Amino acid sequence: MTERINKLREQSLTALNTVSPERALLVTEFYRTKEAGQLSIPVQRAMAFRHIMTNKQICILEGELIVGERGPAPKATPTYPEICLHSPEDLELIHSRPRVSFHVDQDTRSLYEGTIIPFWEGKTQRDRVFSQMTPEWKDAYAAGVFTEFQEQRAPGHTVAGKKVFQKGMLDLITEIESHPVFMAYREKANSNPEIAELTAMKSAAETLILFANRHADELEKLAATEKNEERLNELIEMVRICRKVPARAPETFHEALQHYWFIHLGVITELNPWDSFNPGRMDQHLYPFYQREIRQGTLSPEKAKELLHCFWIKFNNHPSPPKMGVTALESNTYTDFALINLGGLKEDGSDGVNELTWLILDVIEDMRLLQPSSMVQISKKNPDRFVKRAMKIIRTGFGQPSFFNTDAIIQQLLSQGKSLVDARNGGASGCVETGAFGTEAYTLSGYFNLNKVLEITLHNGEDPRTGKKIGIATGDPQSFHSFEQFYQAFEKQLEHFIHIKIEGNNAIEKLYADFMPVPFLSLLIEDCIANAKDYNAGGARYNTSYIQGVGLGSIADNLTSIRKWVFDERSIPFPELLKILKSNFDGFEQQRYNCIYHTPKWGNNDEEADRNGLLVFESFYKLVTGRLSARGGVFRINLLPTTSHVYFGSMIGALPDGRLSGEPLSEGISPVQGADRKGPTAVLQTVSKIDHIRTGGTLLNQKFSPSFLESDEAIDKMVSLVRTYFRLDGHHIQFNVVSADTLRDAQKHPEKYRDLIVRVAGYSDYFNDLGEALQNEIIRRTEHGTV
Amino acid sequence: MLGLIFDIRSFSVHDGPGIRQTIFFKGCLLSCSWCHNPESRKAEPEIHFLSRTLSGKCFTENESIGRWMTVPEIMNLVEKDIPFFEESGGGITLSGGEPLAQSDFAARLLELCKEKNIHTAIDTSGYADWKEIEKMLPYADLFLYDLKLADDVQHLKFTGVSNRRILENLARISLANIKIHIRIPLIEEITDTTENLEQLKNILSETKGIERIDLLPYHHIAKGKYERMNLHYGLAGLGEYPHQKALQVKEFFSNTAPLVSIGG
Repeated sequence: MTERINKLREQSLTALNTVSPERALLVTEFYRTKEAGQLSIPVQRAMAFRHIMTNKQICILEGELIVGERGPAPKATPTYPEICLHSPEDLELIHSRPRVSFHVDQDTRSLYEGTIIPFWEGKTQRDRVFSQMTPEWKDAYAAGVFTEFQEQRAPGHTVAGKKVFQKGMLDLITEIESHPVFMAYREKANSNPEIAELTAMKSAAETLILFANRHADELEKLAATEKNEERLNELIEMVRICRKVPARAPETFHEALQHYWFIHLGVITELNPWDSFNPGRMDQHLYPFYQREIRQGTLSPEKAKELLHCFWIKFNNHPSPPKMGVTALESNTYTDFALINLGGLKEDGSDGVNELTWLILDVIEDMRLLQPSSMVQISKKNPDRFVKRAMKIIRTGFGQPSFFNTDAIIQQLLSQGKSLVDARNGGASGCVETGAFGTEAYTLSGYFNLNKVLEITLHNGEDPRTGKKIGIATGDPQSFHSFEQFYQAFEKQLEHFIHIKIEGNNAIEKLYADFMPVPFLSLLIEDCIANAKDYNAGGARYNTSYIQGVGLGSIADNLTSIRKWVFDERSIPFPELLKILKSNFDGFEQQRYNCIYHTPKWGNNDEEADRNGLLVFESFYKLVTGRLSARGGVFRINLLPTTSHVYFGSMIGALPDGRLSGEPLSEGISPVQGADRKGPTAVLQTVSKIDHIRTGGTLLNQKFSPSFLESDEAIDKMVSLVRTYFRLDGHHIQFNVVSADTLRDAQKHPEKYRDLIVRVAGYSDYFNDLGEALQNEIIRRTEHGTV
Repeated sequence: MLGLIFDIRSFSVHDGPGIRQTIFFKGCLLSCSWCHNPESRKAEPEIHFLSRTLSGKCFTENESIGRWMTVPEIMNLVEKDIPFFEESGGGITLSGGEPLAQSDFAARLLELCKEKNIHTAIDTSGYADWKEIEKMLPYADLFLYDLKLADDVQHLKFTGVSNRRILENLARISLANIKIHIRIPLIEEITDTTENLEQLKNILSETKGIERIDLLPYHHIAKGKYERMNLHYGLAGLGEYPHQKALQVKEFFSNTAPLVSIGG
């Protein structure tokens, strides 16, 4: 790493997370103008975007080669009052909470109280969302049956395709101007929704050019006083680049990175979409630029690396905007889930690993930053040394990159009806979500608490935490004479809540289509321009809405316990079981012991346990998949939790698998923490019994002791382990290589472990930034080591 | 036909190539003072007490070490791991205790594995009649063969048996053209004396087919097992084998086999 990179990296690591009022003020300023009220909503959104991007402070840091910050400084994080307005109390909470806090200074608070709150109160998207939800939805939401992704953040969940790297804003403007609808109505912007949308997109494209030029102006000023000749030359080159991209398509490696970065800033400033934005298949997109310049001799691998280092630091400067309430609980992290994809296949189906792939892997290892996240796509066609290289980075113990199965992803996308080329250009983003990059809007709608539904079924529709009836009456458990009868009741209850969730989502999707179009993002994702339709209204080529199931391992074990002790052994009849759960196993330690140690568990390749996980998987799949969404797409499932398994656990009392009240649930498709006693191969056998191809992503974590991975021979065996899992169609696997002892010590002495990064669930985080419940959950995961 | 088995482990990675499943046979004719698997010695099931604490309460139950199993029962478990074997070039390893002490059962198991194209290895002390070993030869791809002490008197003292048969068998396996990995436990002042190492080197230099040598430095993870089983642990006072010394021994054997590794 060069001196400058060290400095910039250090600056990024030590920058304080703060709330910046800048964007909120500018957007308020715009909406207060008379002009704003007269515009169609898409154009209004585009003009708000224009106002922010042409007035926000330009930040250029000493020594940097890629420029542009969303806020006035690194980690100065804007808010989005049109989506979610923070009250003075919210600001105080965000400021003073022990984890994932943002400093809020007095000025910001005053501006909020004096200007921002008075304007937006009662008029935000969040207000609209909650006002449209039914009482049944609100009860289920309050009880922790599901979460709602779009109540504080906009839909997004999308990834740049190759078009983003091949076209400039001027090309997109030409595309819009030659659109038949645009040619027919160009002068009447408010006359129909299609023309309004196209006009808004065109304006947004122009805005980004203006934004880049403001950087060029600022760089010119810096150049005028720069004494150091080397830096002066850099500044002159950066001026040239910022005048060229994103207006025109990039031609050099440096241009391509800067081009993408302006676009990235556009997406995350327009609104606060989930998973920020993502360059996607980076080694594929950048390789033509890299290859050409290396051949011409205008770029060296070292210089390319330095540029990538600069690029990496940019991501780390941009934490996820502050979240509150349930949204903070389900995704309690600074990480904003930009997941760089490497490897996989080219669109002609051949091996995608190239020279740049290796270089980027070096960059990941050098940087050791929280953001961006990174992953390797592994196809059967990719060489073992690629997997091995990634495994060696994992061995250094910071949870990146993660491993994804390209061949499974392509099958998933094909089975969803995508073309072969679109499928091969796809990958995984966020935590583990499958998507056709550049052509699909695949929105996560919220986590779904499978085990809460079980608890409600055990109480005939009532939530035992509150005594409130929130489900449907599916029968007093005492009346069930067989496990099958009981399971039918569970499935009915599941259907009921999934229906509530989907109805709610469709209302919310419509609200985003109507009130929060994203003309800038729509420029980037095919075929929004051709369809003259916004990304949030179903303009993309493919539209998928996901519901993320949580706690598959837990529910498998709970059902196994019920099957065994209530129906097979008949030693704990339902009334007794309910009494035991109500007491939180107090006085029933022997029963708890039996539930934990004498009951088959998910993750041990044991038919008795695994069949129950499969039952739930099939029910969940059947009840969700194919239901129509408001955007003209369909609902599908994936299985991942981020941090919701901790939140969901906190909303559930004791459960039949021996879990105590309030404890976290299992994460992803992983076994309950510590329940897998037969080693990693048994875990992989269990979890590959579910059909990953019918999901849009599953998440599996495994913990290995660092000593296990010391030798290169062990690395080879880990590679085989991953290859076998992928041969069985497993979607994703990730490893924590930190010992439980280290983690315990880090709990005791956080000051000594400030840089300790662990894998949580689909992303990595600083151990110190995790809540205690989550820290303990990770410690309790089974640690595989030497046999 | 039944075999007495005390453990079956998947994802075993130190008992031969690739990812393996290791079948631990119960019963051993040796009584090495550094033995890591004291529960493997007696050729009959043993009951021990297993204690676990839950919610501040201690639960104790009887646990049987060693179970009589049928060949199909074990094959059922082995076959589950075939995808892992195939991807990694792994297979099964018979270990113990002493698998050769139940040679008919072991041979049948290996025969079925070879029918399924599964790689097979036998981890043995070599202390057996040649006719027991002979039964394995058609089905064994690899021997993991222990060599401890070259001097017969010393061998008798620390393992309870003479090494004469062990050395003869090694020579005959070598002539049968089967791959061999030698495993040498490193116990300070017992197996790592210059004399012993020199003699072992001489023996190995005259033996064909040795693919690698695994040096197994002594560690005392077995101490707890001895306590739980109420057994006397002869080496209770001995510390972990120093890594530096292990490296020296590795260097010493570097020309004796194509690959010498510590741990194994």
